[in-house]
Amino acid sequence: MAERQANFDEMHAGDGSVRPAYTEYCHWHGQQDTAFLRRKHADCETNFRKTGITFNVYGEDEAEERLIPFDMVPRVITAAEWRRLTRGIEQRVSALNAFLYDLYHRQEIVRAGRLPMRLLRDNAAWLQQMVGFTPPGGVYTHIVGIDLVRTGPNDWYVLEDNARTPSGVSYMLENRETMMAMFPELFSQVPVEPVSNYPNRLAKSLAACAPAAAKGKPTVAVLTPGIYNSAYFEHSFLADQMGAELVEGSDLRVKDGRVQMRTTRGYEPVDVIYRRVDDEFLDPLTFNPSSLLGVPGIMDVYRAGGVTIANAPGTGICDDKAIYSFMPEIVEFYTGEKPLLPNVQTWRCSDKDSLKYVLDNLAEVVVKEVHGSGGYGMLIGPTASKNEIAVFRKKLLANPKNYIAQPTLSLSTCPIFTRQGLAPRHVDLRPFVLVSPDRIDITPGGLTRVALKKGSLVVNSSQGGGTKDTWVLKET
Amino acid sequence: MLGRTANGMFWMFRYLERAENTARLLEAGLRMAVTRDLVTAEEEWRSVISTLGMRDAFERHHATYTGYQVWNFILRDKDNAASVLNMMREVRTNARAVRTAITAELWEVINESWMQVRDLLARPVGQGSVGEIVALVRRAGTLAHGAMAGTLLRSEGYHFARAGTFVERADSVARILDLKYFLLLPSLSYVGSSLDKGQWDNVLRSVSGDRAYRWLNAGTIDARGIVEFLVLDERFPRSLAFCHSALREELNALDRLHGKEGTSNHLMREADLRMANLTIETVFERGLHEFLLGFMASNSAIAAAIAEDYRFAR
Repeated sequence: MAERQANFDEMHAGDGSVRPAYTEYCHWHGQQDTAFLRRKHADCETNFRKTGITFNVYGEDEAEERLIPFDMVPRVITAAEWRRLTRGIEQRVSALNAFLYDLYHRQEIVRAGRLPMRLLRDNAAWLQQMVGFTPPGGVYTHIVGIDLVRTGPNDWYVLEDNARTPSGVSYMLENRETMMAMFPELFSQVPVEPVSNYPNRLAKSLAACAPAAAKGKPTVAVLTPGIYNSAYFEHSFLADQMGAELVEGSDLRVKDGRVQMRTTRGYEPVDVIYRRVDDEFLDPLTFNPSSLLGVPGIMDVYRAGGVTIANAPGTGICDDKAIYSFMPEIVEFYTGEKPLLPNVQTWRCSDKDSLKYVLDNLAEVVVKEVHGSGGYGMLIGPTASKNEIAVFRKKLLANPKNYIAQPTLSLSTCPIFTRQGLAPRHVDLRPFVLVSPDRIDITPGGLTRVALKKGSLVVNSSQGGGTKDTWVLKET
Repeated sequence: MLGRTANGMFWMFRYLERAENTARLLEAGLRMAVTRDLVTAEEEWRSVISTLGMRDAFERHHATYTGYQVWNFILRDKDNAASVLNMMREVRTNARAVRTAITAELWEVINESWMQVRDLLARPVGQGSVGEIVALVRRAGTLAHGAMAGTLLRSEGYHFARAGTFVERADSVARILDLKYFLLLPSLSYVGSSLDKGQWDNVLRSVSGDRAYRWLNAGTIDARGIVEFLVLDERFPRSLAFCHSALREELNALDRLHGKEGTSNHLMREADLRMANLTIETVFERGLHEFLLGFMASNSAIAAAIAEDYRFAR
């Protein structure tokens, strides 16, 4: 592997001293007996298995359920750091919503020459059916996950926007529950902002976007593809925590102009659907006709104001990495301000000069598919073999506009617990943001993903990543 | 509650009850087999497999009935759709599907029981482990019913779960009685062989009723008494009369909650008429076998009507 410059460690400064965010934690950690910590480390896994916090893996004999490894050393962010981050996140999320409104209405940003038309026209996530329609409350992305990476004390970057169906929030909540169950005394010693009211806020936020047809207290349902979906645990967890119904496509049908669910008393209308089913499976009459996961006719009801779909169909366009590369312009266009959180430098391979640069520097950069996610289909130059680079070069040349490239960032590290003691590993952060018609609500913390393999930069759970509890310290 | 969720609650507890009853029957069979000569043991295993309705499936793969083949087939064979392993998997799959309708405590005992059963049944089971597995499955039932009693809201889901339990239990007890009726009918069993108290005792054991029966009857075992106990004694929680009353209570509760009567309530009332003032004499006059067939048919008609009335599927 290529030598990289020493990265920023969030716990220890270069001279070995403990940074302020971790003072209290390290004090506690220093007092613990190693045997005690080892025992707790083993307990974590048992606890997660017992409670069934698992994700499913496709393509195995039986749809196998696996655990996402949990590391018990928390990732800590100070109140001041968090204040700065929230301002940047809020700005970005309001820009995303304004952008989506504009895309599906007058397209001012295209008219102003700030975004090329082809990015919409050629985009699979673009939905013609949404043109001219405004979702209830004007909210497109009710739930957003903004992926952040850090490279220095004050250097945070947005790596990805997840405006379609961001997942992982159940891990944020369960990680905290697990930490509080295992180390209750830690929470009496360190003042940590709570995260546990997320489900309440989500329920409120969804209810605030009820459609015109809703009568009285809105009925909210979580739409899941079913128990074999990889994120089923999260779907049932959120429904359970919100006191909402957990429905599958087969429970729903369109009746009397409403989306209704089959209950033991007959069909009853649903007002807000938090769907965890992709756009193309949502309505077999409008999109993929072979889909069994969706509800025939739901798009017509939606457009007539009979139901709210969260997130709105067509928001996936913001997850596109070619669109991402325009986010600084997008933020400026809609907020009139410079972005508070910068993008990672991005070369669009559709652009001739950029492509040439990327091809010349394949061993140094990270190349990603514009529609890719989950860490699949990407090349990490510095850790790739010569052969892998050669193969990727061909793919890139065959379809340059399908790719973007970014410099290999020296991601910050945070220690994990190993049998040999604490050891630094690379991390990222996904804060969760809720959007209501009148406010943007950011839960303090989020999901920290950690690459458990030494030196690895890939934090995805599908590729050997784990998670940590994320602490935002209270203001003092 | 969603119709699909009601279906999940009902079947989660039906499968749990089935797994438990299968385990009991296996335990009683094992006890019989180890205390008898080889010929009787083989006979006993054949009878266990027949009672469970697994005869065709078993004989497709095995020419003889040895204990090792039988308990592995019942517990874990992949060719046996009704194996204890599959039943427990169904329990857990249904629990997962209705996760939002059950409490964390109920989910966790089911999930943990499943993981233990799955691990113990990952490899072929030797004679020394059968008892451990049977105990584990029985405990799974006890834990789940306990967690439900202690934590679950008394709303629809609870009543669907209980209805599933009693439908399945009644079916299982009636099936066992029916398969053993030639042993239990005095007129037949007096013919030929000597009275085999061990066999009757075994019937009681397979429904966990041996202690209760002995306690009530001061240790005397007689066929008529056993049939009366298993069919009509409302004090015994696995008797047909008990299951019948318990199912009626659950149906009444569902009816109250939904404010309207369905086909299941009508069928239940018809069944009530058949059970009312029933004596052991009339059961034998009409023939035990005929009585049991009628009972099982009515029981499964009620189960089908519940699914229809409460929109389990459409």
